[in-house]
This record gives sequence, structure tokens and C-alpha cells, in this order.
Amino acid sequence: MSEIDTKIAANREIDARGSFCPGPLLELIRGIRESDIGETLAILSGDAGSRKDIPAWVAKAGHEMLGIEDHDGYARFVVRKVR
Amino acid sequence: MRTGPAEGELGRRCIGGDELADEDEKAEKLAIVLFSGTLDRLYSATLLASGAAAMGKQVDLFLTFWGLAAFRKDQDKMGLPVSSDYGQEGARLAGQIADKQVPPWFETLAAAREIGDIRIHACPMSMDVMDISKDDLEDVVDDVIGVASFVELAGQGQVLFI
Repeated sequence: MSEIDTKIAANREIDARGSFCPGPLLELIRGIRESDIGETLAILSGDAGSRKDIPAWVAKAGHEMLGIEDHDGYARFVVRKVR
Repeated sequence: MRTGPAEGELGRRCIGGDELADEDEKAEKLAIVLFSGTLDRLYSATLLASGAAAMGKQVDLFLTFWGLAAFRKDQDKMGLPVSSDYGQEGARLAGQIADKQVPPWFETLAAAREIGDIRIHACPMSMDVMDISKDDLEDVVDDVIGVASFVELAGQGQVLFI
């Protein structure tokens, strides 16, 4: 995986690297809860489970997955709070 | 059975997962009988409960015997042994959990309780036998309910015994 130069902008970023499954997901949910509708939130996670878990939660919760960027040893997930 | 929920309370609880779009999904349930008090099983049960709550399930944890004893206030939550089923591998696992600084199972459960719908119930029979009072238990334990009430709460949902 290579570093991506272009980053999707986010209102807020949570660094959950070093956290274990399901820690990053729990942090994302808390972050979304604290956000206002329309705001974007990025979360950094090195947990392999986040790859599936975060998009699954975002779809189920009715928010918008703006992108997943792969970096060295972690991924950056960008979510927009829709409702 | 010592105490139970007030009449009419069963099946009328507030359903969490309020972020979820689909109303039907909110009704999904997972019930776990937590019997074990070893570190490996406590991690398994509480992380499963956390993941289910994150996905909007209504989660009921019923603490019995060793699972209940693990929730005593004076119990060092990470000082518990790993299941003896795995011999020396157990000690190795406990070392790996410590080395990699995996958050304590109890903290993850407490965090999941804040974002999702997890209720934690104590088994009155275990409390009587093991001389554990409600005050001896961590504050995350919501109530003391009999096994019949727990089965009622579980409804048509999945029930796991860990």
C-alpha cells in the first residue's frame, strides 16, 4: 500500500491507530454522535476489522462513506453525518 | 429469585441504536449468558457485546457464577487468569495482551455501553450462593433479574453461553 497524496478534507479527525477491534468503530460512533449533520469526520485505524466494520456501520446507520484511503499500516476513513 | 423488573417493564425498554436508519433493525437482539470469569472468555463476550451494540442490536448480558464474580468492584479486572483449557498458551496470551496494551475488556464494555444499548444483569442465584450483594458489583451492572426474566428479555433473539 502506498501513501496517498490527496486527502479528503474532514471537519474533524480522530486518530484511533493503536486501538484494537472494535475500538476504532466505537470511537467513530462517538465522534459521529458529537458531530452536527452535514459535518465530515475522518478516522485513522490500523485495525484490519475496520475495513469491513466501518463501511458496514456507516451504511446501516444511514451516513455517507466519502472514502477510504490506504496508508502505510493504517487506513483513513472519511464519513459524512447525514442524519 | 429475589428481585425482578417492575411489572410491565419487560419488553418495553428503550431501544437504543438511535443512529440506525432501519426501524426493523432496531429490534434485533443478542443475549449472552456470561458464565466464565477467565480473561480470554471475558474479552470474547464483552467484545462481541460491544460489536453487536455498535451495529444497533439490543444486547443483554446475564452474569452468572464466574462471570458475575469478575464484575465485583474489588476484582482486578485484568488480574484474572486465562482459561486453563489452553495450558501454557494461556499465560502466553495474557502476556501478549499486556505487551500490546490491549485496552482492558471492562473499559471497552463501558465505552460500548455509552454508544449502544447494552444492559447488564446479575443472576440472583449466583449472588446468593457466592455472597455477592448488588453493592459489591460494578456500577455498570444495571439490575438483578431472575433467569425467567432474562429469557423473557432475550425473546426470539440469539442467546449465547460463554
